[in-house]
Amino acid sequence: MTGITLKEVRKSFGATEVIKGIDLEIEQGEFVVLVGPSGCGKSTLLNLIAGLETLSSGDILIGGRRVNDVPPRDRDIAMVFQSYALYPTKTVRDNITFGMETRRVPKAAQAAALEEFAGLLQIGHLLDRKPGQLSGGQRQRVAMGRALVRKPEVFLFDEPLSNLDAKLRIEMRTEIKKLHQRLGKTVVYVTHDQIEAMTLATRIAVMDEGHIRQLADPATVYEDPVDLFVAGFMGSPPMNMLSGRLVRDGGMAVLCGDGPTQLRFPLPDRIANRVAGAEGRDIVLGLRPETIFAAGTQLPGPDRFVFERPVVVDEPTGPDTMIVFEIAGQDLIARVRPQDARPGGTVFRFEVEMDRAKLFDAKTGLRL
Amino acid sequence: MSSRFGRALERRLPLIVVSPLFAASLVFVYGFILWTVWISFTRSRVLPNYEFAGLLQYERLWSTPRWHVALSNLVIFWVLFVVLCLAIGMLLAILLDQRIRIEGVIRTIYLYPMALSFVVTGTVWKWIMNPGLGVERLMQQAGFDSFRFDWLVNPDYAIYAVVIAGVWQSSGYAMALFLAGLRSVDDELLKAAAIDGAGPLRIYARIVLPMMRPVLMSVVIILSHLAIKSFDLVVALTGGGPGYATDMPATFMYAFAFQRSELGLAAASAVMMLMTVIAIIVPYLYSELRRR
Amino acid sequence: MKQASGIVRPKGWRQNVQRVLLFVVLGLFCIYYLVPLFVMVSTSLKSLAEIREGTLLAPPRAISTDAWAKAWNSACVGVRCNGLAPYFANSVFMVVPAVLISTFLGALNGYALTKWRFRGADTIFALMLFGAFIPFQVILLPMARTLGELGLAGTIPGLVFVHTVYGLAFTTLFFRNFFIGVSSGIVQAAQIDGAGFFGIFFRIVLPMSIPAIVVTVIWQFTQIWNDFLFGIAFTVGESNPVTVALNNVVNTSTGVKEYNVDMAAAIIAALPTLAVYVVAGAWFVRGLAAGAVKG
Repeated sequence: MTGITLKEVRKSFGATEVIKGIDLEIEQGEFVVLVGPSGCGKSTLLNLIAGLETLSSGDILIGGRRVNDVPPRDRDIAMVFQSYALYPTKTVRDNITFGMETRRVPKAAQAAALEEFAGLLQIGHLLDRKPGQLSGGQRQRVAMGRALVRKPEVFLFDEPLSNLDAKLRIEMRTEIKKLHQRLGKTVVYVTHDQIEAMTLATRIAVMDEGHIRQLADPATVYEDPVDLFVAGFMGSPPMNMLSGRLVRDGGMAVLCGDGPTQLRFPLPDRIANRVAGAEGRDIVLGLRPETIFAAGTQLPGPDRFVFERPVVVDEPTGPDTMIVFEIAGQDLIARVRPQDARPGGTVFRFEVEMDRAKLFDAKTGLRL
Repeated sequence: MSSRFGRALERRLPLIVVSPLFAASLVFVYGFILWTVWISFTRSRVLPNYEFAGLLQYERLWSTPRWHVALSNLVIFWVLFVVLCLAIGMLLAILLDQRIRIEGVIRTIYLYPMALSFVVTGTVWKWIMNPGLGVERLMQQAGFDSFRFDWLVNPDYAIYAVVIAGVWQSSGYAMALFLAGLRSVDDELLKAAAIDGAGPLRIYARIVLPMMRPVLMSVVIILSHLAIKSFDLVVALTGGGPGYATDMPATFMYAFAFQRSELGLAAASAVMMLMTVIAIIVPYLYSELRRR
Repeated sequence: MKQASGIVRPKGWRQNVQRVLLFVVLGLFCIYYLVPLFVMVSTSLKSLAEIREGTLLAPPRAISTDAWAKAWNSACVGVRCNGLAPYFANSVFMVVPAVLISTFLGALNGYALTKWRFRGADTIFALMLFGAFIPFQVILLPMARTLGELGLAGTIPGLVFVHTVYGLAFTTLFFRNFFIGVSSGIVQAAQIDGAGFFGIFFRIVLPMSIPAIVVTVIWQFTQIWNDFLFGIAFTVGESNPVTVALNNVVNTSTGVKEYNVDMAAAIIAALPTLAVYVVAGAWFVRGLAAGAVKG
């Protein structure tokens, strides 16, 4: 069993603490993605697991063995780097076999492993080239080959796709997911791209300022964020955050803005029950863009709320059009079908799925 | 009218600014080189004589024993100076790259001779290697009674004394250049090598040093350039002596130009030096410029 | 490997032995580089009698500054016995204008060549660059004649002129490399704001170039102060710079050899560049790396 366990892991560089006490249990065969804005400590955490940084305090266990003082070579891991880190003076072949060579793997076994993964990654025709002669995508594959060929129990990825162009990135994403399904090894993957996190992970750890804010499967992180940070970080375009006040007048509702443009979002019972007794509190109402659409364009459902607002601008993306509008001085985005879109200035009838609304405490940012 | 003139002037201004400097370079570099080359083809002695005399001075030069001494000294000095500076520089750079806390202090110590004039270096080493009062006396007082160290006054060994002083002054420079090269290696590459299981020795031998080839090339060129131009060190340390045992092309040229008033011969030797430098520098510059 | 220093490494006696060995070797080389400095200072503080009795490495028993005083104001340089002081002054009068002029012109040149790309700029630069590599022996003779024609032979202004002319190739090279890294957008923006060639240079480009200026000034200062070839070829007697005077002090064949005075004189000649090195070491190293192309 080759899971990874982190206990109260801390890391400081000089006086600045970068990792502030992280506990994490990764099961054998899991694909865990560490995601967060730059500087959140995700890469440092990965380096700690790899043994490329020394722990300040806490414990790291790989496969049940405490590895705090074990050098990287003896941790049974492989890593793919953001810059690919291919050895520029070695051929692709030597790049891939270098790790086996240092471990004195017999030549025949080296050749067999090389052949297997060169075929799998379609780099067989590149083996005699130097990294400088490869395209970005090819380098990426070679870097993957170097990691795979030793068949370690744990794979670590440090933003492996961020130097690729958009199209190649999507291709390689799929490739990595296929490889994981096929090999079933434990993967820890660092990225700042929340779409990559959503598509790849079995579980996502959303990190911020040296803490893990939420650790859960992608659907839960998206639909059930624990706080404003996670809600705002996951999703593109981001969740609409609307400041308001919780009121009870004929059922619980959120009051946004004041005067003639005031809006009253009624809360469905499921949510209302959770916030019972919190009337008068300042809250943030979170509405994902896809839960706001043109009135009457979707099958009728329970707890829909319809309102009108003028369109500020419309932004077609192809499959959908984003409509920007305003409530109480804040910009909101609705995701509508292209044929429903209207130009700026037109009054638009929006329908919002209140059942998928999220409420957060305005002061603490925590989910209610 | 005046504003149109002003704008035209403004547009030409960069060219107008550069032109005098460019002209200076044309005259003082290319013009002077041509003049020297021309003089080397004449019979000029004390005063320049512009009448073409063919290869006369070159024939004289190559039949002057002192010139052959200067050339063989240059080869000895060049090879030893470059090889020793490279070896010491590379070794120190690798050692300093091992997470040394007081690296800054050590680096400062290794590099300070570069701030000295070769004349100062020559003066100090002349005293250290003083036959009688220098290292010889030190070793004799330490109990090695028969210790002899007279390289400075021994025509067969004096050139090696010049090598010692030259290496002392310039090896730190090689160290600094190598260290900068080592530091420019991508961090992730070293991490990848650590995960691949390579120990420090193997990382250097198999990954880092092969990447240092361009740096090595530049260091060799720089040191060679220093070696060919070396003048001050020889003058201060040995004055070219004993006799002309430590003469180099640079001191040879100076002696014939300013002391013996053999303009033509001096010019011919200077042209030979120029050719040597061109033979080294031009291919290097060409490959450098092509790489960019 | 500064940044990758956190890698977990095996621990044990072998690693400790290696570490100790590492410091021993580094320490030995420190001694190797420092011994000549020590010898220089300690000899300069000894009396001649003590020098004759003791050894190189023996520290001075009674510290005497007589040799320093003599080196400074009464040692014989050739036939004149005024010490190094007047020659030190010569070097100062030579180095200050030569450094300032060559740095300023180099900056102006580099700016014109990179930020106002006109036709032929690259060719002009390549031709000028060559001047940084020639062995100066090849221009000694014609330059000596030219200085004579200009009436500058054997004068400090003559030396300033020579150092400026042949320093220009390097200063231009250095500023060009610096300006290439500076966005041309800044110049274009300033042009749109109505600034002209010199306006942009003095008000925008120069203030941005402080680091390049510092490195260039330090490099030029070291080069020109330490120069010997131009000094000995183009000056005579009382207009010698301090390096030439030092060589004359040491190689005067008349009278008793005063090693302590020689060493004091050597330190005096080395002090300005050593001081710059100690105060601005980091800048000096940057100049070395940049001057690597020059050598």
